[in-house]
Amino acid sequence: MAIGNLERFAADYERAHRKAPKPEKASPTGKKVAVVGSGPSGLTVAGDLILKGHDVTIFEAFHRPGGVLVYGIPEFRLPKEIVFSEVEGLEALGVKVQTNVVIGRSITVDELFEEGYDAVFLGVGAGLPMFLNIPGENLAGVFSANEYLTRTNLMKAYKFPEYDTPIIKGKNVVTVGGGNVAMDSARTALRLGAENSYIVYRRSETELPARAAEVHHAREEGVQFKLLTNPKRFFGDENGRVTGMEAIKMELGEPDESGRRRPVPIEGSEFTIDCDLVIIAIGSGANPLLTKSTEGLKLNSRGYIVTDTKTGKTTRRGVWAGGDIVTGSATVILAMGAGRAAADSMHDYLTLGW
Amino acid sequence: MFKIVKRQEMAEGTVILNEIEAPLIAKKAKPGQFVILKANETGERIPLTIADTDTEKGTITIIFMIVGKSTALFSTLKEGEGYMDVIGPLGKPTHIEKLGKVVCVGGGTGVAVLHPITRALKEIGNHVFCVIGARNRDLLILEEKMKAASHELLVCTDDGSYGHHGFVTDVLKDLLTKNDDIKLVVAIGPVPMMKACSGLTKEFGVKTLVSLNPIMVDGTGMCGGCRVTVGGKTKFACVDGPEFDGHEVDFDELSLRLRAYVEDEKKSHECFLEKIKG
Ligand code: FES
Repeated sequence: MAIGNLERFAADYERAHRKAPKPEKASPTGKKVAVVGSGPSGLTVAGDLILKGHDVTIFEAFHRPGGVLVYGIPEFRLPKEIVFSEVEGLEALGVKVQTNVVIGRSITVDELFEEGYDAVFLGVGAGLPMFLNIPGENLAGVFSANEYLTRTNLMKAYKFPEYDTPIIKGKNVVTVGGGNVAMDSARTALRLGAENSYIVYRRSETELPARAAEVHHAREEGVQFKLLTNPKRFFGDENGRVTGMEAIKMELGEPDESGRRRPVPIEGSEFTIDCDLVIIAIGSGANPLLTKSTEGLKLNSRGYIVTDTKTGKTTRRGVWAGGDIVTGSATVILAMGAGRAAADSMHDYLTLGW
Repeated sequence: MFKIVKRQEMAEGTVILNEIEAPLIAKKAKPGQFVILKANETGERIPLTIADTDTEKGTITIIFMIVGKSTALFSTLKEGEGYMDVIGPLGKPTHIEKLGKVVCVGGGTGVAVLHPITRALKEIGNHVFCVIGARNRDLLILEEKMKAASHELLVCTDDGSYGHHGFVTDVLKDLLTKNDDIKLVVAIGPVPMMKACSGLTKEFGVKTLVSLNPIMVDGTGMCGGCRVTVGGKTKFACVDGPEFDGHEVDFDELSLRLRAYVEDEKKSHECFLEKIKG
């Protein structure tokens, strides 16, 4: 998930909590709502619907609620305390939070309805991380950004051995990708003691998908940009640990379908970079766990859930969806917006019908 | 908290059995699936395949060998205490079908994982040979249970202290030679053992399932830490597995990936031993 405007998230949150009087809760409607996933969209839905008097339960696969806000976004961009007190606030209003529940495995959407839930919101977030599919990618020391950030943020590997989860602390770290998640990863590596932290991106500065501010922060902190560079393969030692990368220089050619100029390799420009840690931050695909186990959900060609753009309604009665499982990598603000729209539509359904 | 209702030591205290209260998981779990456990706030998320379930009592059973910090920590939990987090069931269940003659081969704590699969293969009507092995007699686990779960149980020990003197592969080879109608081999145990079994069955052209145990974080397909190469393609063991075609698995890569944190794990284990001593 690419994250934008986090500062605004934090600021909005602060403002709302300092000034807002204790929110009024409508009288109970007797309707039960299941919110699957406790990231930005799920928390928004839960918050809105509990105030409208519905009985809301959040299901989270991890042992802690917060989704990407907790596992993905580093502490230096969003203090976890803010997320936890947000969740506590919801609990104080009556939202039930069940962690360690994987919808699609521990319990299915059908079973939620059998158990008496009247409406379900699916906000399960990002799925399978994408890899480059080049030789050497399964060497130890090559991580997806999801794994690298989860180990650090959720599992607190930076406090190893006080916390039990280890992480490979690279001296020379290559992060592949140019989005906000790549910037987060490269900056995290510096904080974990990297001497050199590189961003390797195949297009040029202008095409970097990360917000300009994030690129700026990364540069300021010492992240080195190797633009117009594409990885070709990784090398390892006899222990199967990554020791280097071969890359090739690129130049921009004709525009492609996305309208951006297509990067083309410059023949014979291969070079190597020594690295003992590689983070692949080129996005993720749709998570099939839930969608495969749920009938009646229409998916698009990339596996994301098809919804009505205004309301977040899926093709299955009583089921809404929002966030990355619908849009692919989006921003926290977009996901919260999707949550809000879905909550309105769900409330209409619960009080008026589909 | 997920309470431990029964704790038992096996194999001279090197292997621990925990029966854990987890009604939701017990209701859902099928042979071959696993759970992820985390003992406490600072703990690591450790995947372990489910050895048994009791839907009436609402419990699941796990059996693990003490090999590092996390399993050492698990081993200190007493009856009445429990795990902070247990997530599951995860992974795809074993595909159980009636084939005819099948062989289930288990090494070390792999026998625990093999047990529910063996039982299910017998229940559906297969003729089940079972081969289990350990370094020596005292380290052998679940002999009685495996006997009940199969038609013929063959035991071996590396040092010859009990049963056949030798490796499970020797006994497997013998079975494959004498029975040319074996339809499936399920081999679960340490990586070298699964690799050796798969190499052998490939020669005989007998389909072989192995259950892989790579390092995991989430167990839901979101981190890719559990990736393994199967048939030249990258698979995520937690969602595509944990069982794969043994003839297609890159076991050498798996061994190296399992050693990614060897130094850290040693350090962590030493710290822990210091702490419980002090
Ligand atoms: S354990 Fe993270 S994807 Fe399998």
